[in-house]
Amino acid sequence: MYVKKRRLGRGVAIVGAGVSKFGSFSDKTSRDLFIEAFNELKQSVDRGIDPKDIEALYLGNHIGEYCEGQSLMAPIIAGYLGMIPKPATRVENACVSSGVALREGIIAIASGLYDIVLVGGVEKMTTLSTEGVTDALGSALDALYETPAGFTFPGIYAAMATTYMDKYGAKEEHFMKVAIKNHNNGALNPKAQFNTTIKDIMNGRIAKAKQKGQPIPTWVDEIEFLKDPKANPVVAWPMKLFDCSPITDGASCLLLVAEEVAKSFTDTPVYVIGTGQGSDYPLYEREDMTTILAAKFAAQEAYAMAGVKPEDIQIAEVHDCFTIAELVGIEDIGFFPSGGAIKAIEEGLTARDGAKPINTSGGLKSKGHPVGATGTAQAAEIWLQMRGQAGARQVPGKDISLALTHNVGGSGPTCAIHIYERR
Amino acid sequence: MVSQKEFTDAAFNQLLGEGKLMASRCKKCGALHLPPKPICVNCQEGNMEWTILKGKGKLAAFTTIAVGLPRMIQEGYGRDNPYCSGIVELEEGPRISARILDVDARNPQKLKVGMPLVVDFLERGEGENKRTLLAFKPV
Ligand SMILES: [Zn+2]
Repeated sequence: MYVKKRRLGRGVAIVGAGVSKFGSFSDKTSRDLFIEAFNELKQSVDRGIDPKDIEALYLGNHIGEYCEGQSLMAPIIAGYLGMIPKPATRVENACVSSGVALREGIIAIASGLYDIVLVGGVEKMTTLSTEGVTDALGSALDALYETPAGFTFPGIYAAMATTYMDKYGAKEEHFMKVAIKNHNNGALNPKAQFNTTIKDIMNGRIAKAKQKGQPIPTWVDEIEFLKDPKANPVVAWPMKLFDCSPITDGASCLLLVAEEVAKSFTDTPVYVIGTGQGSDYPLYEREDMTTILAAKFAAQEAYAMAGVKPEDIQIAEVHDCFTIAELVGIEDIGFFPSGGAIKAIEEGLTARDGAKPINTSGGLKSKGHPVGATGTAQAAEIWLQMRGQAGARQVPGKDISLALTHNVGGSGPTCAIHIYERR
Repeated sequence: MVSQKEFTDAAFNQLLGEGKLMASRCKKCGALHLPPKPICVNCQEGNMEWTILKGKGKLAAFTTIAVGLPRMIQEGYGRDNPYCSGIVELEEGPRISARILDVDARNPQKLKVGMPLVVDFLERGEGENKRTLLAFKPV
């Protein structure tokens, strides 16, 4: 694949980041969630930010129409931040909505148009039932040729999983190990929706059964727990409940500034040195259904711009909307060869203390996946890790100076990749 | 046999209703497009013709869905009665998404990538809402 080496007109840096608590909040709207994230962002800017200096907003939001009857979310949010009459643009690119909002903000600053831009995303999903969310997220599939075949969003990734299993010999246990790893990280993230390990969930169920005098489950470890259809029912085989990211309310945002003014906000900016975005066909039209061309293209574009290679990158947040997606994702960004993700998860290479830590935040699986907010939430985790502020989940023994985010939309027809540097 | 219809979704569905699975073929480079496309994605020319497919292929990817779309729930599917959706690779080369019928969706481990399938046409709805859905079943 030929990828043209592109460059930004000028450098761009992140000087602040904020993430709301992720979870299910019946008393909070998108506006409340975004303000929660924005308030944290303001606190995170070492030398402070006067909100009046922010020149534009790019906001990711995917299914506001379904969840809150609200399209045109960006100016509404801008109105709550005191940004009127400055430009506010909603970016809708399914689960990569805020990944692309980040990219649009970068492009706007690199072009010289603005110096200070707010990018972020928000999704309020728990207003809908599971069936309602399945319907809403299903709208990101090919409505003419995938949904008439009965495909759901988990179903498409499940189909990808069957081809991956057939081609590379992956087993259901490999998917389960991704979930276990990401929950182990998410247990250390106070913002995570499922702020607990799968082992603790399992032990909690055993304790509950004992307390209620019910038959005590005989699971000896997490894998046995996850193989029990009562504990982990099928959603779309081979994807089960614990293979799927949850239905989440949440928001996230980043403060982007031109490189030449970055040091007036902080001594430790996180520079965005590579951005890439790609597209792909619906799954049925892809030449190889075990890889996402949009991600491979976006990754190569980002690597070329940054002038770095996959082996240089120390950590990554990878789009694990479903466990299979993380395995495919770590191959698409070149961390492991095709089919090599199986060995990587078996050997713990992607664990927090492994050679290539993936999803230290807990990933979408454990942290939660408020779809429009996910892209900038991934970048917010990188911001913390690079500045040594990730607390209990700080990657041990590594001074993180190069990192990557991989944010995929729908079943893979769209992807944004960013590469970050701390100098 | 060859249709004069435009290369649209509506035409594709009308042809399905006549029991024909048809693709568009680029007259310049020969690339087949299923579902039909009016512009060849290979050479980006717009000189296409309809071609009928034999309707024989193999299962390339699949899933059995327990948490289904609202439309499928209305058909009686659900957590205790999953349905199978798949991607079928046709003998002529292209792949398409389809309902997979006459398989045991409760035992997905028994379904295999590569199993031979033959086309079927599924009638849904009444009167104006009548629609033919593309389906495949084991040979
Ligand atoms: Zn052609």
